[in-house]
Amino acid sequence: MMSDTRSPSLEIKNLVTSFATANGEFRAVDDVSLDLYPGETLCVVGESGSGKSVMSRSILQIVDEPGRIVSGSILLHPGRSGRRGVIDLAKLKPRGPEIKSIRGREIAMIFQEPMSSLSPVHKIGDQVAESARVHDGLDRRAARARAIELLAKVEIPDPESAVDRYPFEFSGGMRQRAMIGMALACNPDILIADEPTTALDVTIQAEILQLLKTIQKTNGMAILFITHDMGVVAEIADEVAVMRHGRLLERGNVFDVFANPQHEYTRTLLRAAKNAEAPSDRRLAMRQVRPLGEPILRTQSLRKEYQLSPGFFGRGARKLVAVHDADIELRAGENIGIVGESGSGKTTLARCIQRIHSVSSGKILYKLGGSDEQDIAPLSDSQLREVWREMRIVFQDPFGSLNPRMTVGQIIAEPLVNNGLGTSRSRRDRVAELLDLVGLPSSSMERYPHAFSGGQRQRISIARAIAPEPRLIIADEATSALDVSIRTQIMDLLLDLQEKLDLSYLFISHDVGLVRYFCDRMVVMYRGKIVEQGETETICNDPQHAYTQSLLSAVPIADPRLRNTKTRTRYRETA
Amino acid sequence: MLAYILRRTLWSIPFLIGASFLAFVIIQAPPGDYLTTYAAKLEAAGQSVDTARLNSLRDRFGLDEPFIAQYWKWITNILRGDFGMSFEWQQPVADLVGERMLFSIILALSTILFTWAVALPVGVYSAIRKYTAGDYVVTVIGFIGLATPNFLVALTLMYFGVVYLGADVTGLFSPQYATAPWSWAKLLDLLSHLVIPVVIIGMSSTASLIRIMRANLLDELYKPYVTTARAKGLGELKLLLKYPVRLALNPFVSTIGWAFPQIISGSTIVAFVLSLPTADPLMLQALMSQDMYLAGAFILLLCILSIVGMLVSDILLAVVDPRIRYN
Repeated sequence: MMSDTRSPSLEIKNLVTSFATANGEFRAVDDVSLDLYPGETLCVVGESGSGKSVMSRSILQIVDEPGRIVSGSILLHPGRSGRRGVIDLAKLKPRGPEIKSIRGREIAMIFQEPMSSLSPVHKIGDQVAESARVHDGLDRRAARARAIELLAKVEIPDPESAVDRYPFEFSGGMRQRAMIGMALACNPDILIADEPTTALDVTIQAEILQLLKTIQKTNGMAILFITHDMGVVAEIADEVAVMRHGRLLERGNVFDVFANPQHEYTRTLLRAAKNAEAPSDRRLAMRQVRPLGEPILRTQSLRKEYQLSPGFFGRGARKLVAVHDADIELRAGENIGIVGESGSGKTTLARCIQRIHSVSSGKILYKLGGSDEQDIAPLSDSQLREVWREMRIVFQDPFGSLNPRMTVGQIIAEPLVNNGLGTSRSRRDRVAELLDLVGLPSSSMERYPHAFSGGQRQRISIARAIAPEPRLIIADEATSALDVSIRTQIMDLLLDLQEKLDLSYLFISHDVGLVRYFCDRMVVMYRGKIVEQGETETICNDPQHAYTQSLLSAVPIADPRLRNTKTRTRYRETA
Repeated sequence: MLAYILRRTLWSIPFLIGASFLAFVIIQAPPGDYLTTYAAKLEAAGQSVDTARLNSLRDRFGLDEPFIAQYWKWITNILRGDFGMSFEWQQPVADLVGERMLFSIILALSTILFTWAVALPVGVYSAIRKYTAGDYVVTVIGFIGLATPNFLVALTLMYFGVVYLGADVTGLFSPQYATAPWSWAKLLDLLSHLVIPVVIIGMSSTASLIRIMRANLLDELYKPYVTTARAKGLGELKLLLKYPVRLALNPFVSTIGWAFPQIISGSTIVAFVLSLPTADPLMLQALMSQDMYLAGAFILLLCILSIVGMLVSDILLAVVDPRIRYN
């Protein structure tokens, strides 16, 4: 803790927020105490279900039903608004006038998903200046002027016209800027930011974090920043609080916590973050014993175009080139990472390689069954059956990609059934064997997916993918939706399976850290083009292309001492 | 926005042409024509049928010409404002249809207004008070409204009206105003007579719209943008009306398109029971006697109403939802 001469803006003392459920009371926030100081940033770190979001919403009393504050106090000290005396927010009625006068005026909040957190049918300006209209009683005209001023403050280009636009006309980063502008409308003392950069690309994240810091410097507000990312914490926190299962495990100065974590769980989180900054030892060791084989997959000038409008007899037709003449090569037993931000074409490329999508031009040379190379680009669906048995995919969303009405056994056996492999008895044995391979008990096969956590579900997806003895696994953001501490486990599982089953991986990710851990070589994509490819370590240490440089410079490093040592570059494509 | 309206309006022209053609196909579809029905009727009444006279009539009405030629003649005359003659009534179709169609439209519009005025607030209430006694009461009434055939309600109301209130609830006018020229008194009389048919015809669509509104709003109520608005310090009522209700209205607006023609054609039985001077009873009769031009005019007008209804709902949708406007 720093010196005690500082006086806090907000003191949370022994806060308990609980949800009444059919099985009794569930304490989402359990006895949490925190302090927020003006001009400082407190990062609350935790994984899904840690209660960090509910805690932050309790402050404003906007926890969704049936959640409610049971005990504890949230003391708000006087700030810029001129209100006198300390007020206990926990005692206020969630619908009363007192808490309403504090929301948006003294304490403002921004959220994770800038698209769904803004109304799609109201103009940006209307939403941005709304708190000013509510609290400062601005009329329409004054509110518009305030909105323009706020949009300029959050560095949205051309604020005079942006004010009359709708959220869907903005990019994700611009929307989040607008959200921040909205939170600043009444110049609040406290800003609560609930995972504000999680849904954004890493280069945009860097800009948003920078913007928050700049604003904090000028107006001295206290920021409560909720995140799961230790890299982001290292980047912006003054103090850190670690939460798990509703409880506060550890809190302290960011440098102390990173240098000398007290709780085992904090150490786990830090280790997971560090892992993402270096290659996996497991992988390096494996490559020593088993060198990479011959190429099994090569693409030559693979191109995918989408027609946007048909035009008139082919004239004036508009096309979108989703993948621009891609040449990649994957060798047996190799892991290739395809890195890029949203819209870079990385998933489209993978879908084309797997021939889920048709290909506009180019070749996909694949050694089917280990025999001679064959171009699978022109094959029809019926000719692709065998290719599809050998190339399997693991999806990002462990919740959406498993049919909730099938048992785990049925899910895993499905590719076997579809390919007519084995009898029902032999399939049962195979499912048990697969479950064992992915580290789940064979009793799991009778249960339904909802009984499993995100990480376990991803294991089920992997078991399904390896069921028909594939040679190539496409992992499309397969670890992105998982908690940090689970990610490494899943990647290690994939590496173990590679060793046991002779697999090659195409690993698609927006996260350079994961690629660095998992992949031997990486392919960097930007707007449908491969801008750079090569050995992962070579690229990470010495990126050649300006876009790769900007991407790598934006990745936060999980070490607060290295804060501000990296110079960020911003890549702008030249014509 | 203007471009969108213009484009959308232009698009409805080919639909109108298609609809008029289909209308003509439908009235020509049953075997025979007005004259064979007419002859059958005469024979059934024991009168002799003069074949030569029938043939000359057929010639005069152009009933032997090829289909396309008949259609062309019909549609070009309509464009000039001439809907042709009714065989059965021996009067211009336009005179027969005009006022009845007007009453049909008045009835339909009043029904839609009634439906909206009731369904909107009740649906909103039902959603924000989900699983409370009030919600259950509304839900039960709604399901009864959906499940009861409206002619039954019409008969019941008529019975109560006559027996207990001593009031005549049929028709759209009291006898003294039926043939009187338009005046304020006549308008008031019309309005008072509209109440019962509007309630009866609107009942089931009100009930279904309540369900739609409730479901739409429940989808929106817990969206993140509602939390955002709450975190800004907005009052609950203002917040509710400005954000989730506004978004829940979008699917609601698109119901206008189908509600309008549905109400017009769905009110036939009620119109019979309550002897309303609307288009429906006359149309039914025209269809039965194969009174080609009269039936054709009705069907065409109904099609036009549907298309106009769709157009109006599309334009309204673009007004309330910018995402549609910009695509």
